Amino acid sequence: MASGTGGATSTTERASDAAGAPRRALAARPIGLAAVGMVLLVAVSLPFAMSNFRLFQFTQVLTYAIALLGLNMLTGYNGQFSLGHGAFYGIGAYTTAIMIDRWDIGYGWTIPVAGIVCLVVGFLFGRPALRLEGLYLALATFSLALAVPQILKYFEHWTGGSQGIVLSKPKAPFGLRLTEDQWLYYLTLAITIVLFVVAWNLLRGRVGRAIVAIRDNHIAAEAMGINSALYKSVVFGVSAAYTGIAGALSAIAIAFVAPDSFNVFLSITLLTGIVIGGFATISGAIYGALFVQFVPNWAQDISKAAPWAIFGVFLIVFMYVMPRGIAGFLHLVWIRLTAPAVSREQGR
Amino acid sequence: MSLFTRFIALLLVGGLAMTAGAGAAAAQTVVGVTATEIKIGNTNPYSGPASAYGTIGKVIGAYFKKVNDEGGVNGRKINYITLDDQYSPPKTVEMVRRLVEQDQVAVLFQTLGTPPNSAIHKYVNQQKVPHLFVATGATKWNDPQNFPWTMGYQPNYQTEGRVYAAYALKHVKDPKVGILYQNDDYGKDYLKGFEDGLGENKKMIVMKQTYEVTDPTIDSQIVNLKNSGANVFFNITTPKFAAQAIKKANEIGWKPLHFLNNVSSSLGTVLKPAGLEASRDLITALYMKEVTDPQWKNDKGFTEWVAFMKKYYPDGALDDQSNAFGYNVAILMTQVLKQAGNDLSRENIMKQAANVKNFELPLLLPGIKVNTSPTDFAPIEQEQLAKFDGEKWALFGETIDAVKK
Repeated sequence: MASGTGGATSTTERASDAAGAPRRALAARPIGLAAVGMVLLVAVSLPFAMSNFRLFQFTQVLTYAIALLGLNMLTGYNGQFSLGHGAFYGIGAYTTAIMIDRWDIGYGWTIPVAGIVCLVVGFLFGRPALRLEGLYLALATFSLALAVPQILKYFEHWTGGSQGIVLSKPKAPFGLRLTEDQWLYYLTLAITIVLFVVAWNLLRGRVGRAIVAIRDNHIAAEAMGINSALYKSVVFGVSAAYTGIAGALSAIAIAFVAPDSFNVFLSITLLTGIVIGGFATISGAIYGALFVQFVPNWAQDISKAAPWAIFGVFLIVFMYVMPRGIAGFLHLVWIRLTAPAVSREQGR
Repeated sequence: MSLFTRFIALLLVGGLAMTAGAGAAAAQTVVGVTATEIKIGNTNPYSGPASAYGTIGKVIGAYFKKVNDEGGVNGRKINYITLDDQYSPPKTVEMVRRLVEQDQVAVLFQTLGTPPNSAIHKYVNQQKVPHLFVATGATKWNDPQNFPWTMGYQPNYQTEGRVYAAYALKHVKDPKVGILYQNDDYGKDYLKGFEDGLGENKKMIVMKQTYEVTDPTIDSQIVNLKNSGANVFFNITTPKFAAQAIKKANEIGWKPLHFLNNVSSSLGTVLKPAGLEASRDLITALYMKEVTDPQWKNDKGFTEWVAFMKKYYPDGALDDQSNAFGYNVAILMTQVLKQAGNDLSRENIMKQAANVKNFELPLLLPGIKVNTSPTDFAPIEQEQLAKFDGEKWALFGETIDAVKK
């Protein structure tokens, strides 16, 4: 998940540093794996070093990371803009909440169901959205973000209306001696790892190349025999499924859902996350999640009067210093450190 | 030394050590309190869709600053930590957990909004943190049996709805009621109170119309209500829509007995924009002094509040009722701390909050008092009806006590 895997650079850049690439790739592999191992080690040992409150925040970071990865697949890799992923987050959260609250189903089962529901909804929304490109698609998805909170209020019998649904936090199973927060953290971490591995496999291979090819030039992609329409709607579905699972996990961790939780602002926050983290990178989802979780809180600590102005300054500074997001920035640092001669030749 | 005396000595030493240990432990359980300060936590929407309410959090901070400048409560300064939750329940959970687990506040006070408070309701009761005087008109905060750590503050919407129903039944011959309400929990709470108040006469309601907060106007709803032949109109709307409704009803010459919910009783933001003549004969139920109502111009409570605002919160608007609301409730909180004396354990703070007797607040209507008990977690339950005479809200009738029927 570290810089070694953040490799979805655009085709032009690939060509330009092709000379150094094979050698570096050989050297990068073990170091990259070691970095991923380190990150995992830190992630696993976190519960022993942190208070329950901090763990709860990191659980939220992980759920954001899943949602951001989903959105990045769609927007970063496939070039379809979505301003409405907060809606899928909400649908996932409500699927879980309704199943637990109304039907007494174990929370563990509700997570995959939330993913499947969002997969279907996302796929179906993706079909007609095929006709829309760029900004028009962004507007169409924006309408989704606007509509979902009201729709949730409308089906009051199921959703509890604007009062929402109160859930109970699950206790650790199998007699594990973990607090509720520790258990939820590990559960979320496990699901995050699985989903990242799946995404990594999906985006690195043939399918990933097809997805990126559609973004870069869809006519050329179709000429090469890629079924653009199918790919686009499947990516939409998978992306929605990831975000839905994130929503389900957040509903369990927060133990409450209400329409106010899934407003337009959430959708915009998610988009901010992928841009800051690194467009079309896998590791960027984690950096972006850390950013959207912690930076607003810091902004508030710095200035109570105008936290969002401070947040805005942070955003501008990040975009100015790291135009390709945090993942892109780290990748650049990595290149400089491992092959200084090559990067100088590139005239950067 | 014989074995026996040694044994006794050992017991004594052991016993002393244990009591000392217990003493230290007892001192530690007083969370959020030191010899010089007490920590109070709060969440408010300083940004996001409900940020207009954020001024309540600010005016409370300003009042606590005044208390601290005057020496604090029993020698302790109030350390008021207020965080922005954007009116978003997940954010509220995060912020409240921060306040409880990291900042270690003694009490949570005036957390704002029904959904945000619903999200933390269970948690604060599990943690046994006093969750006092929450800023929402929902009915569920008065439930000491199941949620002994949560307490409401203002009269709830259902009570107010019942007051209007009783008035209509008593004063209108053959009432035909038309209702306009905002389609959310706030609107439905009022509606439920009103319908409960009508009881078996529920079919007197000839038409119900709704609107969404996002709607641009409610003109067509008003026309529909007029055409339904209703002679009583219950107007359950927030300020912007209330002003529109009053104006439109006047324009199309509809003159029913018009109940305006307390939420929109401000002269400054509702009646003046709607037109004072058009607002004549509106009826509402009040529990606070309207700060834009000229009749309070020389009232002691009002002038004190103005002086306070000018000194401690000069940015705050003097025509915003929220600033009066926050001022009142901050005084009540200070009173609870005073009553608790030097025992500021969470248990005792809760006990004192449930033991407020006939306490008057400067901006409550004369005669309306704060009362709580271990079985009554609804501090303000009195209201008084008022009719708009073209210039001010003219109070009439007796103070209506929701507890006594």
